[in-house]
Amino acid sequence: MSVAAMVVEQFRQVAREQDKPLVALSPDTVLLESGLDSLCFAIIVARLEDQLGVDPFTTSEDVYFPVTLGDFIKFYEDAAGSQAA
Amino acid sequence: MPPAPRQPETLREAIAGSSAMLFARDAEACLDACGAGLPELAGAGVLLRTRGQLAAALGLVALDGVARRIVIAPPDVKGEHLPSVIARAEIDAVVGEDETLAVEGTPFIKLQQTQVSLPLMREAHRKGEVVSACEADFLGGERKLKPEGVNQTLPLGAQRPGGGGVGSDGSAKPTELPTEGVNKTEWVLFTSGTTGEPKMVAHTLAGLTGAIAHPPLRGGEQSASFANAGAGGARSIARDAQGGGGQIVWSTFYDIRRYGGLQILLRALLGHASLILSDAGEDVADFLTRLGRHGVTHLTGTPSHWRRALMSPANAAIAPRYVRLSGEIADQAVLDSLKARFAHAAIGHAYASTEAGVGFEVTDGLEGFPASYIGRPGAVQMKVEDGRLHLRSPRTASTYVGGGPALRNDGWVDSGDMVEQRGERYYFMGRTGGIINVGGLKINPEEVEAVINRQPGVRASRVSGRKSPITGAIVVADVVLADAANDNATFRETILAACREALPAFKVPAMLRVVPSLPLTAGGKLSRHA
Repeated sequence: MSVAAMVVEQFRQVAREQDKPLVALSPDTVLLESGLDSLCFAIIVARLEDQLGVDPFTTSEDVYFPVTLGDFIKFYEDAAGSQAA
Repeated sequence: MPPAPRQPETLREAIAGSSAMLFARDAEACLDACGAGLPELAGAGVLLRTRGQLAAALGLVALDGVARRIVIAPPDVKGEHLPSVIARAEIDAVVGEDETLAVEGTPFIKLQQTQVSLPLMREAHRKGEVVSACEADFLGGERKLKPEGVNQTLPLGAQRPGGGGVGSDGSAKPTELPTEGVNKTEWVLFTSGTTGEPKMVAHTLAGLTGAIAHPPLRGGEQSASFANAGAGGARSIARDAQGGGGQIVWSTFYDIRRYGGLQILLRALLGHASLILSDAGEDVADFLTRLGRHGVTHLTGTPSHWRRALMSPANAAIAPRYVRLSGEIADQAVLDSLKARFAHAAIGHAYASTEAGVGFEVTDGLEGFPASYIGRPGAVQMKVEDGRLHLRSPRTASTYVGGGPALRNDGWVDSGDMVEQRGERYYFMGRTGGIINVGGLKINPEEVEAVINRQPGVRASRVSGRKSPITGAIVVADVVLADAANDNATFRETILAACREALPAFKVPAMLRVVPSLPLTAGGKLSRHA
């Protein structure tokens, strides 16, 4: 499964568990308008760390927080890529 | 050195002559007029229970210096706890903006904005402006500045020494108003610990405002904002931030009925600065947009609040000069991100808790705090014992209300925060007793374990915090099953469903792992550090 697919799968899974209405996801979806709250993102980040072995929020050299789903996925792709390299 | 300005006796005295505004989501109020207090409540113990933060702010102004004790109820204190709170804190009356906030068996007094802001409304009306929440009161005419629903024979303080009392014929006699001066009101706040009965801690206005320098009272000296009036610690960064000149507009992601938010309300009131109140039902983007519209200059919140703001495109609307974090561990990543996003802001992280009061502020842009803070002289003394940070200052809470462990030991308050020294710096390592801090909300692992352990088929569980770059920590659980053969996804889901039923979302384990056994300490207790 691609990183993007794993991320989207976690968004759906956590939204279901937390009983949050998830908007239709696209790369331009603003994370804070996705229907998920901070707790949901915290859970998603922890699960992705277990799945992918990376937590780009903690290890990234870049000083920024992703704003859109596209940013978020790229954040993980870059971190997973640099780890594999 | 100029003499220190006199500490105001009451909030109404402190804001006299201020033309600052309180901006709420759907309403605004000017504090120009101190208006009337609630004299009927002289000497009474009062539970201030409001739906809106604007009403809470106005209620505090109206009650301070009048009531013997104000218990400030945050919105998440559950209805089922109120009778116990009322009994333990010796409450005579509940004050709120409408009757739905009344508690059965206790007199209810309706708070009206007219009690503190009528003259403003007059002026606003003259200018043809609409002050939405005030409008109805204003158009109703010069409504008497008297709370509705006050029973004139309310036996306030009937059982209180020094208050009113019960006459020899058994009839209630009204509480006598103090003949001189004002009542020293005790301010009671709930701690953010959320297990079982909420804990209440008592503060004085002097203690709560101890970290705040403020302008001299009255006179045409309002331009001497508090930010200029003091030196050192928390003040200096605010003073730096004021370098750009102009009016200070405070805001906070915190609810002002909590310690962190109350600090900002008091800073705004004493500094004659405006304050933009948050609203629990408002989404981040709307709040940030509103902050931008009112020109926020000083903004505070937990690291989790700030991370959320950093993830919102609406943060483009604001350009604060002063950014402050408190209530959780501020890690280097969030400090760096804020510095990158708000390049011109002074950024500081403050250490404060409901019990220990405002401790100190760190302004060098690094996480943790300099080791030189330990043992340094000053209003706030700090020491580390058994790896835990202890504070002693006039700003600590004086006592728990209605029972609880001793808060101070020889004047020292144990913060419960563990620190570790590395080189010339101390770093925060989390809480003692395994307390988990999720975005500023504290969780006792035992509370969650109790829910898991009562599920059929569960033998034991251990709940702990897992570090999170989003909320500081999240809750995770290790569970031992009575019969390991039962382990499957459906069973794990059943346990989590039970947790969701019994606990608020932030306490429900985000991950649940089935393990063969849990380590015990030599004493036979569940080991929390393994």
